Amino acid sequence: MAARPAKLEPMRRVLGVLCGYVVFVQMVAAQPPTATRIISLVPSVTEILFAVGAGRQVVAVSSYDDFPPETKSLPRVGALLDPDVERILALRPDLVMVYGSQSQLEGQLARAGIRAYSYRHAGVDNVLMTIRDVGRLTGHASESERVARDLQAQLDAVRARVRGYPRPRTMLVIGRDAGALRGVYTSAGVGFLHELLDAAGGDDVFADIKREGMQPSNEMMIVRAPQVIIELHSAEPAAADVVQRERAVWNALASVPAVRNNRVHLLYGSYLMAAGPRLGRTAEALAGVLHPEAFR
Amino acid sequence: MIRKRLVAIVVGYGAVAAAACVLAPLVGSTHISLARVFDRSIPFADNVDAQIFFVARMPRVLAAAVVGGTLAAAGVVMQALLRNPLATPFTLGVSAGAALGAILVITFVQADLRVGLYSIGGGAIPLASLGGALIASLIVYALATRPGRTMSTTVLLLAGVTLNAFFSALILFVQYSADFTQTYRTVRWLMGDLDVGSFAPIIASSPLVLAALGMFSVLPRSLNLLSVGTDVAATRGVDVGRTQRLAFFSASLATSAAVALAGPIGFVGIVVPHLVRLMVGVDHRVVLPASVLFGAAFLIGCDLVARTVLAPVEVPVGVVTAVLGGPFFLWLLVRRS
Repeated sequence: MAARPAKLEPMRRVLGVLCGYVVFVQMVAAQPPTATRIISLVPSVTEILFAVGAGRQVVAVSSYDDFPPETKSLPRVGALLDPDVERILALRPDLVMVYGSQSQLEGQLARAGIRAYSYRHAGVDNVLMTIRDVGRLTGHASESERVARDLQAQLDAVRARVRGYPRPRTMLVIGRDAGALRGVYTSAGVGFLHELLDAAGGDDVFADIKREGMQPSNEMMIVRAPQVIIELHSAEPAAADVVQRERAVWNALASVPAVRNNRVHLLYGSYLMAAGPRLGRTAEALAGVLHPEAFR
Repeated sequence: MIRKRLVAIVVGYGAVAAAACVLAPLVGSTHISLARVFDRSIPFADNVDAQIFFVARMPRVLAAAVVGGTLAAAGVVMQALLRNPLATPFTLGVSAGAALGAILVITFVQADLRVGLYSIGGGAIPLASLGGALIASLIVYALATRPGRTMSTTVLLLAGVTLNAFFSALILFVQYSADFTQTYRTVRWLMGDLDVGSFAPIIASSPLVLAALGMFSVLPRSLNLLSVGTDVAATRGVDVGRTQRLAFFSASLATSAAVALAGPIGFVGIVVPHLVRLMVGVDHRVVLPASVLFGAAFLIGCDLVARTVLAPVEVPVGVVTAVLGGPFFLWLLVRRS
């Protein structure tokens, strides 16, 4: 290949500087316009939208949304696996909240000139960041700052309240076949549930496993010998006899301290596993069963 | 002659299976002391080693033995019945029916399934999968039989494969309409899981397994002739229709019981019969009992790998059976030919 003529070099440099300047001006001057027609495909983000006061700007939600109750009357446009692109475009949104893995949908929205906010499931910090991002994008920056601070303060308060109490080794169960010790699915050493357990004054028995969730065998549960077992059920509270029977399932692991000392707790509530502004309530619920003495 | 050979092979394979049953519970992700396990002076609730041995490992090993043995035998019978070396216990839609039943319960039955006042509890998923499997078998059977004629194995195979695809489509649709956690649990169920948690599910499945094994025990001679061809078998005095029905229903029953107990663990039902044939020949009088014993040992071994190789995390046993069984089978095949 022939060498590039030397006189072109200064021109390229000028062009480069010009381009850089244009980008810089766009970044500083062109703050994204406040979104007024929002679609959320992520229930956690929907919850955040309503919490920061942007609920009236929401025009449609995902098929799984049920909180807050105002979402029930909104149109549904699919979810993670089945976003209904036609309906989304027909609703003429100017901001769509999508999952980080919905890159195909993001591409389609970009071609239609619609902004997308990509959400990823991670820890508490990520929830706080999402709250602030959502506030900024929807023109509710100060409310979102307040919501984020409140959540942070609520978590700090829980942490302060249980400080000094011995931290039981805890297993946080997030799924199990009804009536059997099969298909047990637990939180592990990463993610918001793990962090909430930590804030609530419990040490995760699977903290060394750097995943959001895992499926421990019966052997692993016996060996890790949790002092407390907490089961989270995102359903409405079950009848007392059902709760009693489900708790009794654990009696098969008789040597596990949580079973021997009657410290198997079943918590019910749709808020428990929602990565949004209600995380503080989850932390309080966990702390309440881990350290009842601190909440007397 | 055959009797002597049969005894030798059953004793040999029996020893392997027995050794697997005895040794596998001693090994795991944690070290346990055998002296402590059987130390009667320690109360059971205080004895962690005994808990690991009797609550976690023994039921698992036994479940592996039962499931491995039944699936392998069902594979032998299906291959003979369909005269197709690629047939598996899952070819005729039994496992897809079982999966649909289980997945419907996982997805739509939230907490407590009751019949009258009696709570089904932990039995809901196994019972639903058993129901699905039996319904699938009856549909295939009804499609493949005409009154007064022998079963058409071609129609049987086509009906089974089509039903498999049909049920699989329904499964995909149910998964698609479920939420994420349920979808995860259904996918996990499809990988198979031997961590049954107690002896109760094994005991519950044993009448079906024993009935199926009882039916298998009268089949081998007829299967030998049947695998040559239905006409040959008929001229040699085999009641072809009766043998086909018995083979079909016994294999379906065995598969249903195994899948209800541990989910559809793949590969055992195709690879074990072929491995055994490569080792002992093609006579079903030998292949069938040897497959039961070797299947048991094979699945115990695969589950041992599943629960130790990545401990404290587990590998789904269905992944191990395919990953270990596949290359081993290919190696034997290439070495033989």
